[in-house]
Amino acid sequence: MPKSKIFPSFDAAVADIPDNVTVGFGGFAVVGMPVNLYGALAKQGAKGLTCVSNGTRGGATLPDDAPDMGWLIKNDQVKKVICAFTAPTRASQKLIFSEYYESGRIDAELVPQGTLAERMRAAGAGIPAFYTPAAVGTELAEGRETRVFNGREYLLEAALPLDYAFIRAYQADAFGNLRFRRAQRNFNPLMAMAAKVTIVEVEEDILPLGAIDPDDVHLSGIFVHRLVKVPPAPEGWWPMRASEIAARAAAQGAAR
Amino acid sequence: MSDTKGLTRQQMCDRLAMEFGDGWIVNLGIGIPTLCSNYDFGDKPVIFHSENGVVGYGPLAAAGKEDMHLVNAGGQHVTMNPGSAIVHHADAFGMIRSGRIDVTVLGAYEVAENGDFANWKMAGQKGGGIGGAMDLAACAKHVFVAMEQVTRSGRPRLVERCAIPVTARGVVDLVITNYGLFEITPEGMALKEIAPGVTVDEVKATTGCNLIVPREVPPVRLRG
Repeated sequence: MPKSKIFPSFDAAVADIPDNVTVGFGGFAVVGMPVNLYGALAKQGAKGLTCVSNGTRGGATLPDDAPDMGWLIKNDQVKKVICAFTAPTRASQKLIFSEYYESGRIDAELVPQGTLAERMRAAGAGIPAFYTPAAVGTELAEGRETRVFNGREYLLEAALPLDYAFIRAYQADAFGNLRFRRAQRNFNPLMAMAAKVTIVEVEEDILPLGAIDPDDVHLSGIFVHRLVKVPPAPEGWWPMRASEIAARAAAQGAAR
Repeated sequence: MSDTKGLTRQQMCDRLAMEFGDGWIVNLGIGIPTLCSNYDFGDKPVIFHSENGVVGYGPLAAAGKEDMHLVNAGGQHVTMNPGSAIVHHADAFGMIRSGRIDVTVLGAYEVAENGDFANWKMAGQKGGGIGGAMDLAACAKHVFVAMEQVTRSGRPRLVERCAIPVTARGVVDLVITNYGLFEITPEGMALKEIAPGVTVDEVKATTGCNLIVPREVPPVRLRG
Protein backbone atom coordinates (compact mmCIF):
# COMPACT_ATOMS: atom_id res chain seq x y z
CA MET A 1 0.00 0.00 0.00
CA PRO A 2 1.60 3.31 -1.05
CA LYS A 3 1.76 6.21 1.35
CA SER A 4 -1.47 8.17 1.70
CA LYS A 5 -1.68 11.50 -0.12
CA ILE A 6 -4.09 12.85 2.49
CA PHE A 7 -2.47 15.26 4.97
CA PRO A 8 -4.07 16.28 8.26
CA SER A 9 -3.30 20.00 7.98
CA PHE A 10 -1.90 22.72 5.72
CA ASP A 11 1.05 23.07 8.10
CA ALA A 12 1.89 19.35 7.72
CA ALA A 13 1.56 19.56 3.92
CA VAL A 14 4.13 22.38 3.59
CA ALA A 15 6.45 21.44 6.50
CA ASP A 16 9.34 20.13 4.36
CA ILE A 17 9.49 22.90 1.75
CA PRO A 18 13.11 24.05 1.52
CA ASP A 19 14.53 27.51 0.78
CA ASN A 20 15.22 28.64 -2.82
CA VAL A 21 12.52 26.65 -4.61
CA THR A 22 10.09 27.71 -7.34
CA VAL A 23 6.45 27.56 -6.29
CA GLY A 24 3.41 28.04 -8.53
CA PHE A 25 0.29 29.47 -6.90
CA GLY A 26 -2.85 28.71 -8.89
CA GLY A 27 -6.08 30.62 -9.11
CA PHE A 28 -7.47 33.56 -11.00
CA ALA A 29 -9.09 36.42 -9.06
CA VAL A 30 -9.43 34.25 -5.90
CA VAL A 31 -11.28 31.45 -7.77
CA GLY A 32 -9.09 28.37 -7.33
CA MET A 33 -6.54 30.39 -5.33
CA PRO A 34 -4.77 28.39 -2.58
CA VAL A 35 -5.49 30.91 0.17
CA ASN A 36 -4.90 28.47 3.04
CA LEU A 37 -1.62 27.22 1.61
CA TYR A 38 -0.35 30.80 1.29
CA GLY A 39 -1.04 31.20 5.01
CA ALA A 40 0.70 27.92 5.88
CA LEU A 41 3.80 28.76 3.83
CA ALA A 42 4.03 32.20 5.44
CA LYS A 43 4.02 30.47 8.83
CA GLN A 44 6.52 27.82 7.71
CA GLY A 45 8.97 30.51 6.57
CA ALA A 46 10.88 29.03 3.59
CA LYS A 47 12.98 31.80 2.02
CA GLY A 48 14.47 32.71 -1.37
CA LEU A 49 11.29 31.64 -3.13
CA THR A 50 10.50 32.23 -6.79
CA CYS A 51 6.72 32.61 -6.92
CA VAL A 52 4.74 32.02 -10.10
CA SER A 53 1.17 33.30 -10.31
CA ASN A 54 -1.15 35.38 -12.49
CA GLY A 55 -0.67 38.34 -10.14
CA THR A 56 0.51 39.03 -6.62
CA ARG A 57 -2.96 39.65 -5.17
CA GLY A 58 -6.35 37.99 -5.64
CA GLY A 59 -9.61 39.75 -6.40
CA ALA A 60 -12.22 41.46 -4.28
CA THR A 61 -13.74 38.31 -2.77
CA LEU A 62 -11.31 38.06 0.14
CA PRO A 63 -10.93 40.44 3.06
CA ASP A 64 -7.69 42.44 3.28
CA ASP A 65 -6.38 40.29 6.14
CA ALA A 66 -6.65 37.01 4.16
CA PRO A 67 -3.37 35.33 3.19
CA ASP A 68 -1.94 35.93 -0.30
CA MET A 69 1.46 36.39 -1.89
CA GLY A 70 1.74 39.69 -0.03
CA TRP A 71 2.21 37.72 3.22
CA LEU A 72 5.23 35.91 1.80
CA ILE A 73 6.65 39.16 0.41
CA LYS A 74 6.23 40.98 3.75
CA ASN A 75 8.04 38.10 5.45
CA ASP A 76 11.00 38.56 3.07
CA GLN A 77 10.44 35.02 1.78
CA VAL A 78 10.27 35.98 -1.89
CA LYS A 79 13.28 36.52 -4.17
CA LYS A 80 11.41 36.83 -7.45
CA VAL A 81 7.90 36.72 -8.91
CA ILE A 82 6.90 35.54 -12.39
CA CYS A 83 3.48 37.04 -13.21
CA ALA A 84 1.19 38.41 -15.95
CA PHE A 85 0.37 41.40 -13.75
CA THR A 86 2.88 43.15 -11.49
CA ALA A 87 1.10 46.53 -11.44
CA PRO A 88 -2.28 46.89 -9.71
CA THR A 89 -5.28 46.29 -12.00
CA ARG A 90 -7.11 49.28 -10.45
CA ALA A 91 -5.61 52.68 -9.71
CA SER A 92 -7.02 52.50 -6.17
CA GLN A 93 -5.34 49.16 -5.45
CA LYS A 94 -2.14 49.13 -3.36
CA LEU A 95 0.14 46.10 -3.60
CA ILE A 96 2.68 45.05 -1.00
CA PHE A 97 4.66 43.75 -3.98
CA SER A 98 4.96 47.24 -5.54
CA GLU A 99 6.67 48.65 -2.46
CA TYR A 100 9.29 45.87 -2.48
CA TYR A 101 9.74 45.93 -6.26
CA GLU A 102 10.19 49.69 -6.50
CA SER A 103 12.83 49.65 -3.76
CA GLY A 104 14.69 46.80 -5.51
CA ARG A 105 14.17 44.24 -2.75
CA ILE A 106 12.43 41.79 -5.09
CA ASP A 107 12.87 40.80 -8.75
CA ALA A 108 10.06 40.31 -11.25
CA GLU A 109 9.56 38.71 -14.64
CA LEU A 110 6.47 39.94 -16.46
CA VAL A 111 5.01 37.39 -18.88
CA PRO A 112 1.94 37.53 -21.15
CA GLN A 113 -0.79 35.44 -19.53
CA GLY A 114 -1.13 32.92 -22.37
CA THR A 115 2.64 32.50 -22.52
CA LEU A 116 2.73 31.95 -18.75
CA ALA A 117 0.09 29.20 -19.02
CA GLU A 118 1.76 27.58 -22.02
CA ARG A 119 5.23 27.65 -20.43
CA MET A 120 3.84 25.55 -17.58
CA ARG A 121 1.81 23.34 -19.90
CA ALA A 122 5.02 22.71 -21.87
CA ALA A 123 6.95 21.82 -18.71
CA GLY A 124 4.23 19.35 -17.78
CA ALA A 125 4.18 17.89 -21.28
CA GLY A 126 7.94 17.36 -21.57
CA ILE A 127 8.44 20.14 -24.14
CA PRO A 128 11.50 22.33 -23.40
CA ALA A 129 10.46 25.41 -25.40
CA PHE A 130 8.02 26.68 -28.00
CA TYR A 131 7.39 29.64 -30.31
CA THR A 132 4.50 32.07 -29.81
CA PRO A 133 3.38 35.22 -31.64
CA ALA A 134 2.56 36.99 -28.35
CA ALA A 135 4.92 39.85 -27.41
CA VAL A 136 6.67 39.94 -30.81
CA GLY A 137 7.74 43.53 -31.53
CA THR A 138 7.42 44.58 -27.88
CA GLU A 139 9.93 45.51 -25.17
CA LEU A 140 9.61 41.95 -23.82
CA ALA A 141 11.09 40.49 -27.02
CA GLU A 142 14.17 42.76 -27.13
CA GLY A 143 17.38 40.78 -27.58
CA ARG A 144 15.59 37.45 -27.67
CA GLU A 145 15.41 34.70 -30.27
CA THR A 146 12.64 34.93 -32.83
CA ARG A 147 11.99 32.82 -35.89
CA VAL A 148 9.78 33.14 -38.94
CA PHE A 149 7.35 30.34 -39.73
CA ASN A 150 5.05 30.64 -42.77
CA GLY A 151 5.92 34.31 -43.09
CA ARG A 152 5.11 35.26 -39.50
CA GLU A 153 7.51 36.09 -36.68
CA TYR A 154 7.38 34.12 -33.42
CA LEU A 155 9.18 34.47 -30.10
CA LEU A 156 10.98 31.56 -28.43
CA GLU A 157 9.72 30.84 -24.92
CA ALA A 158 11.19 28.28 -22.50
CA ALA A 159 9.14 25.83 -20.44
CA LEU A 160 8.61 26.85 -16.82
CA PRO A 161 9.06 23.86 -14.51
CA LEU A 162 8.02 24.24 -10.88
CA ASP A 163 9.32 22.55 -7.75
CA TYR A 164 5.94 22.88 -6.07
CA ALA A 165 2.42 23.74 -7.20
CA PHE A 166 -0.09 25.02 -4.65
CA ILE A 167 -3.63 24.80 -6.01
CA ARG A 168 -7.26 24.60 -4.92
CA ALA A 169 -9.85 22.14 -6.25
CA TYR A 170 -13.50 21.30 -5.71
CA GLN A 171 -13.30 17.52 -5.32
CA ALA A 172 -10.53 14.94 -4.96
CA ASP A 173 -10.39 11.21 -4.47
CA ALA A 174 -7.73 9.51 -2.36
CA PHE A 175 -5.44 9.04 -5.40
CA GLY A 176 -5.60 12.78 -6.06
CA ASN A 177 -7.82 12.69 -9.13
CA LEU A 178 -9.30 16.18 -9.20
CA ARG A 179 -12.42 17.98 -10.31
CA PHE A 180 -12.64 21.74 -10.46
CA ARG A 181 -15.83 23.76 -10.45
CA ARG A 182 -16.60 26.51 -12.98
CA ALA A 183 -13.74 29.00 -13.46
CA GLN A 184 -11.70 27.28 -10.75
CA ARG A 185 -9.74 25.27 -13.32
CA ASN A 186 -7.76 28.22 -14.78
CA PHE A 187 -3.98 27.73 -14.20
CA ASN A 188 -4.41 24.91 -11.69
CA PRO A 189 -4.06 21.73 -13.82
CA LEU A 190 -1.16 23.32 -15.73
CA MET A 191 0.75 24.20 -12.56
CA ALA A 192 0.20 20.69 -11.21
CA MET A 193 1.57 19.17 -14.43
CA ALA A 194 4.62 21.47 -14.32
CA ALA A 195 5.48 20.67 -10.68
CA LYS A 196 7.51 17.95 -9.01
CA VAL A 197 5.19 18.13 -5.99
CA THR A 198 1.57 19.32 -6.15
CA ILE A 199 -0.28 20.25 -2.96
CA VAL A 200 -4.03 20.71 -3.21
CA GLU A 201 -6.49 22.37 -0.86
CA VAL A 202 -9.77 20.56 -1.46
CA GLU A 203 -13.19 22.10 -0.84
CA GLU A 204 -15.28 18.96 -0.39
CA ASP A 205 -14.56 15.89 1.77
CA ILE A 206 -11.90 13.74 0.13
CA LEU A 207 -13.67 10.94 -1.68
CA PRO A 208 -12.92 7.20 -1.77
CA LEU A 209 -11.49 5.70 -4.97
CA GLY A 210 -14.23 5.17 -7.53
CA ALA A 211 -16.41 8.01 -6.27
CA ILE A 212 -15.41 10.23 -9.21
CA ASP A 213 -16.33 8.72 -12.56
CA PRO A 214 -13.12 8.37 -14.65
CA ASP A 215 -14.76 10.42 -17.42
CA ASP A 216 -15.26 13.30 -14.99
CA VAL A 217 -11.66 13.61 -13.79
CA HIS A 218 -10.18 16.99 -14.87
CA LEU A 219 -6.65 16.26 -13.63
CA SER A 220 -5.18 12.80 -13.08
CA GLY A 221 -3.85 12.00 -9.61
CA ILE A 222 -0.54 11.20 -11.32
CA PHE A 223 0.14 14.95 -11.08
CA VAL A 224 -1.05 15.27 -7.47
CA HIS A 225 0.89 14.43 -4.30
CA ARG A 226 -0.69 15.98 -1.22
CA LEU A 227 -4.32 16.72 -0.35
CA VAL A 228 -5.72 18.76 2.51
CA LYS A 229 -9.44 19.30 3.12
CA VAL A 230 -10.30 23.00 3.67
CA PRO A 231 -12.01 23.22 7.09
CA PRO A 232 -15.15 25.33 7.42
CA ALA A 233 -14.69 29.07 8.11
CA PRO A 234 -13.29 30.65 10.17
CA GLU A 235 -10.62 27.93 10.54
CA GLY A 236 -10.33 27.64 6.76
CA TRP A 237 -10.43 30.48 4.20
CA TRP A 238 -13.29 30.55 1.70
CA PRO A 239 -14.10 33.28 -0.84
CA MET A 240 -16.62 35.79 0.53
CA ARG A 241 -19.23 38.10 -0.94
CA ALA A 242 -18.84 41.83 -0.36
CA SER A 243 -21.69 41.70 2.20
CA GLU A 244 -19.93 38.88 4.12
CA ILE A 245 -16.63 40.78 4.11
CA ALA A 246 -18.41 43.88 5.47
CA ALA A 247 -20.23 41.87 8.18
CA ARG A 248 -16.96 40.24 9.24
CA ALA A 249 -15.17 43.60 9.43
CA ALA A 250 -18.04 45.03 11.52
CA ALA A 251 -17.88 42.03 13.92
CA GLN A 252 -14.10 42.44 14.25
CA GLY A 253 -14.57 46.15 14.96
CA ALA A 254 -17.14 45.37 17.67
CA ALA A 255 -14.81 42.78 19.25
CA ARG A 256 -11.96 45.30 19.56
CA MET B 1 -10.86 65.11 -14.60
CA SER B 2 -11.26 63.50 -17.98
CA ASP B 3 -13.05 65.22 -20.85
CA THR B 4 -16.69 64.12 -20.82
CA LYS B 5 -17.64 65.71 -24.14
CA GLY B 6 -19.29 63.51 -26.75
CA LEU B 7 -20.21 59.87 -26.26
CA THR B 8 -20.73 58.13 -22.93
CA ARG B 9 -18.68 55.01 -22.32
CA GLN B 10 -21.75 52.86 -22.90
CA GLN B 11 -22.44 54.60 -26.23
CA MET B 12 -18.80 54.03 -27.22
CA CYS B 13 -19.09 50.32 -26.48
CA ASP B 14 -22.51 50.03 -28.13
CA ARG B 15 -21.02 51.39 -31.35
CA LEU B 16 -18.25 48.79 -31.37
CA ALA B 17 -20.68 46.02 -30.45
CA MET B 18 -22.69 46.88 -33.61
CA GLU B 19 -19.67 45.74 -35.61
CA PHE B 20 -19.69 42.22 -34.14
CA GLY B 21 -20.74 39.65 -36.73
CA ASP B 22 -23.27 36.85 -36.44
CA GLY B 23 -21.87 34.11 -34.18
CA TRP B 24 -18.61 35.93 -33.47
CA ILE B 25 -16.45 34.80 -30.56
CA VAL B 26 -15.73 37.99 -28.61
CA ASN B 27 -13.16 38.69 -25.90
CA LEU B 28 -13.58 41.88 -23.85
CA GLY B 29 -10.71 43.49 -21.97
CA ILE B 30 -10.87 44.88 -18.43
CA GLY B 31 -12.40 48.36 -17.97
CA ILE B 32 -14.44 50.24 -20.59
CA PRO B 33 -14.67 47.26 -23.02
CA THR B 34 -16.68 45.13 -20.58
CA LEU B 35 -19.64 47.47 -21.35
CA CYS B 36 -19.92 45.87 -24.82
CA SER B 37 -21.71 42.95 -23.20
CA ASN B 38 -24.59 45.29 -22.17
CA TYR B 39 -25.45 45.95 -25.82
CA ASP B 40 -28.74 44.42 -26.98
CA PHE B 41 -27.68 41.98 -29.70
CA GLY B 42 -31.27 41.01 -30.45
CA ASP B 43 -31.35 37.80 -32.50
CA LYS B 44 -27.65 37.95 -33.34
CA PRO B 45 -25.78 35.28 -31.40
CA VAL B 46 -22.48 36.48 -29.93
CA ILE B 47 -20.31 34.26 -27.71
CA PHE B 48 -18.20 35.84 -24.98
CA HIS B 49 -14.85 34.18 -24.34
CA SER B 50 -12.84 34.90 -21.22
CA GLU B 51 -9.11 34.17 -20.79
CA ASN B 52 -9.72 32.26 -17.58
CA GLY B 53 -11.54 29.59 -19.54
CA VAL B 54 -15.20 30.62 -19.44
CA VAL B 55 -16.63 30.29 -22.95
CA GLY B 56 -20.18 31.58 -23.38
CA TYR B 57 -20.69 33.64 -20.26
CA GLY B 58 -23.86 35.68 -19.78
CA PRO B 59 -24.88 38.82 -17.88
CA LEU B 60 -23.46 39.80 -14.49
CA ALA B 61 -24.92 37.84 -11.56
CA ALA B 62 -27.40 39.65 -9.32
CA ALA B 63 -26.06 40.75 -5.91
CA GLY B 64 -26.32 37.88 -3.45
CA LYS B 65 -26.71 35.35 -6.29
CA GLU B 66 -23.04 35.26 -7.29
CA ASP B 67 -21.48 31.85 -7.91
CA MET B 68 -18.20 32.16 -6.00
CA HIS B 69 -16.51 29.84 -8.51
CA LEU B 70 -17.49 31.87 -11.56
CA VAL B 71 -15.81 35.08 -12.73
CA ASN B 72 -14.84 36.55 -16.10
CA ALA B 73 -11.36 37.85 -16.91
CA GLY B 74 -12.18 41.13 -15.16
CA GLY B 75 -12.98 39.25 -11.95
CA GLN B 76 -16.69 40.11 -12.28
CA HIS B 77 -19.20 37.49 -11.16
CA VAL B 78 -21.00 36.50 -14.34
CA THR B 79 -23.59 33.87 -15.24
CA MET B 80 -23.33 31.13 -17.84
CA ASN B 81 -25.58 30.92 -20.88
CA PRO B 82 -26.95 27.58 -22.08
CA GLY B 83 -24.30 25.94 -24.26
CA SER B 84 -21.35 27.45 -22.41
CA ALA B 85 -18.22 25.53 -21.47
CA ILE B 86 -15.26 25.64 -19.11
CA VAL B 87 -11.67 25.04 -20.19
CA HIS B 88 -8.33 25.61 -18.48
CA HIS B 89 -6.00 28.53 -19.20
CA ALA B 90 -3.87 26.75 -21.81
CA ASP B 91 -6.96 25.82 -23.83
CA ALA B 92 -8.44 29.31 -23.42
CA PHE B 93 -5.22 30.77 -24.86
CA GLY B 94 -5.02 27.99 -27.44
CA MET B 95 -8.31 29.36 -28.76
CA ILE B 96 -6.73 32.82 -28.86
CA ARG B 97 -3.39 31.86 -30.44
CA SER B 98 -4.94 29.61 -33.08
CA GLY B 99 -7.14 32.43 -34.35
CA ARG B 100 -10.53 31.34 -33.00
CA ILE B 101 -11.31 34.73 -31.47
CA ASP B 102 -13.09 36.96 -34.00
CA VAL B 103 -12.60 40.18 -32.09
CA THR B 104 -11.00 41.47 -28.93
CA VAL B 105 -11.98 44.85 -27.54
CA LEU B 106 -9.24 46.38 -25.41
CA GLY B 107 -8.60 49.59 -23.56
CA ALA B 108 -5.46 51.58 -24.42
CA TYR B 109 -3.27 54.51 -23.41
CA GLU B 110 -2.25 55.24 -27.01
CA VAL B 111 -3.08 54.06 -30.54
CA ALA B 112 -0.78 54.97 -33.43
CA GLU B 113 -1.82 55.66 -37.02
CA ASN B 114 -0.01 52.46 -38.12
CA GLY B 115 -2.12 50.24 -35.83
CA ASP B 116 0.43 49.93 -33.00
CA PHE B 117 -1.08 50.37 -29.56
CA ALA B 118 0.03 50.55 -25.94
CA ASN B 119 -1.97 49.44 -22.93
CA TRP B 120 0.21 47.55 -20.41
CA LYS B 121 2.57 50.08 -18.95
CA MET B 122 2.60 53.82 -18.44
CA ALA B 123 5.59 56.00 -19.23
CA GLY B 124 8.37 55.45 -16.70
CA GLN B 125 6.46 52.75 -14.82
CA LYS B 126 8.39 49.80 -13.41
CA GLY B 127 6.56 46.57 -14.19
CA GLY B 128 3.06 46.62 -15.62
CA GLY B 129 -0.11 44.68 -16.24
CA ILE B 130 -0.05 42.61 -19.40
CA GLY B 131 -2.67 40.03 -18.53
CA GLY B 132 -3.87 38.43 -21.75
CA ALA B 133 -3.58 41.58 -23.87
CA MET B 134 -0.40 40.65 -25.79
CA ASP B 135 -1.72 37.20 -26.72
CA LEU B 136 -5.11 38.64 -27.72
CA ALA B 137 -3.69 41.58 -29.65
CA ALA B 138 -1.28 39.41 -31.61
CA CYS B 139 -3.80 36.72 -32.51
CA ALA B 140 -7.45 37.90 -32.59
CA LYS B 141 -8.85 38.35 -36.11
CA HIS B 142 -9.89 41.92 -35.26
CA VAL B 143 -8.58 44.27 -32.57
CA PHE B 144 -10.89 47.10 -31.51
CA VAL B 145 -9.89 49.75 -28.98
CA ALA B 146 -12.20 51.74 -26.71
CA MET B 147 -10.59 54.72 -24.94
CA GLU B 148 -11.01 58.41 -24.17
CA GLN B 149 -9.96 60.88 -26.90
CA VAL B 150 -7.35 62.56 -24.66
CA THR B 151 -5.45 61.81 -21.45
CA ARG B 152 -6.36 63.39 -18.13
CA SER B 153 -3.87 66.15 -18.83
CA GLY B 154 -5.43 66.72 -22.27
CA ARG B 155 -2.79 65.02 -24.45
CA PRO B 156 -3.98 63.13 -27.55
CA ARG B 157 -4.17 59.33 -27.30
CA LEU B 158 -4.35 58.97 -31.10
CA VAL B 159 -0.72 59.50 -32.10
CA GLU B 160 1.78 59.18 -34.95
CA ARG B 161 3.96 56.70 -33.06
CA CYS B 162 3.44 55.27 -29.57
CA ALA B 163 5.73 56.95 -27.03
CA ILE B 164 5.22 54.22 -24.42
CA PRO B 165 6.02 50.48 -24.76
CA VAL B 166 3.61 48.83 -27.20
CA THR B 167 1.38 45.79 -26.62
CA ALA B 168 1.47 44.75 -30.28
CA ARG B 169 2.35 46.31 -33.62
CA GLY B 170 0.08 47.04 -36.57
CA VAL B 171 -2.94 45.18 -35.21
CA VAL B 172 -5.65 47.73 -34.42
CA ASP B 173 -8.56 47.94 -36.90
CA LEU B 174 -11.04 50.24 -35.23
CA VAL B 175 -10.95 52.78 -32.39
CA ILE B 176 -13.87 54.37 -30.60
CA THR B 177 -13.35 57.41 -28.40
CA ASN B 178 -15.83 59.82 -26.86
CA TYR B 179 -15.17 62.02 -29.95
CA GLY B 180 -15.78 59.50 -32.71
CA LEU B 181 -15.08 56.29 -34.58
CA PHE B 182 -11.70 55.90 -36.26
CA GLU B 183 -10.44 53.27 -38.68
CA ILE B 184 -6.80 52.32 -39.21
CA THR B 185 -6.39 52.08 -42.97
CA PRO B 186 -3.30 51.38 -45.11
CA GLU B 187 -3.25 55.15 -45.75
CA GLY B 188 -3.45 56.04 -42.04
CA MET B 189 -6.01 57.03 -39.41
CA ALA B 190 -9.44 57.83 -40.83
CA LEU B 191 -12.33 59.54 -39.06
CA LYS B 192 -15.42 57.45 -39.92
CA GLU B 193 -18.10 58.90 -37.64
CA ILE B 194 -18.23 61.83 -35.28
CA ALA B 195 -19.90 62.12 -31.87
CA PRO B 196 -22.90 64.44 -31.49
CA GLY B 197 -21.84 67.88 -30.22
CA VAL B 198 -18.24 67.51 -31.41
CA THR B 199 -16.84 69.34 -34.45
CA VAL B 200 -14.27 68.06 -36.95
CA ASP B 201 -11.94 70.87 -35.85
CA GLU B 202 -12.19 69.66 -32.25
CA VAL B 203 -11.35 66.11 -33.33
CA LYS B 204 -8.36 67.34 -35.34
CA ALA B 205 -7.14 69.53 -32.47
CA THR B 206 -7.16 66.55 -30.09
CA THR B 207 -5.61 64.03 -32.48
CA GLY B 208 -1.83 63.70 -32.51
CA CYS B 209 -1.49 62.32 -36.05
CA ASN B 210 -2.63 63.14 -39.54
CA LEU B 211 -6.34 62.39 -39.88
CA ILE B 212 -8.09 61.36 -43.08
CA VAL B 213 -11.42 63.22 -42.97
CA PRO B 214 -14.09 62.69 -45.64
CA ARG B 215 -16.01 65.68 -46.95
CA GLU B 216 -19.10 64.59 -45.00
CA VAL B 217 -18.56 62.86 -41.65
CA PRO B 218 -21.69 60.99 -40.52
CA PRO B 219 -22.67 61.07 -36.84
CA VAL B 220 -21.80 58.05 -34.69
CA ARG B 221 -24.59 55.51 -35.03
CA LEU B 222 -26.23 55.04 -31.65
CA ARG B 223 -28.52 52.20 -32.70
CA GLY B 224 -27.76 49.11 -34.76
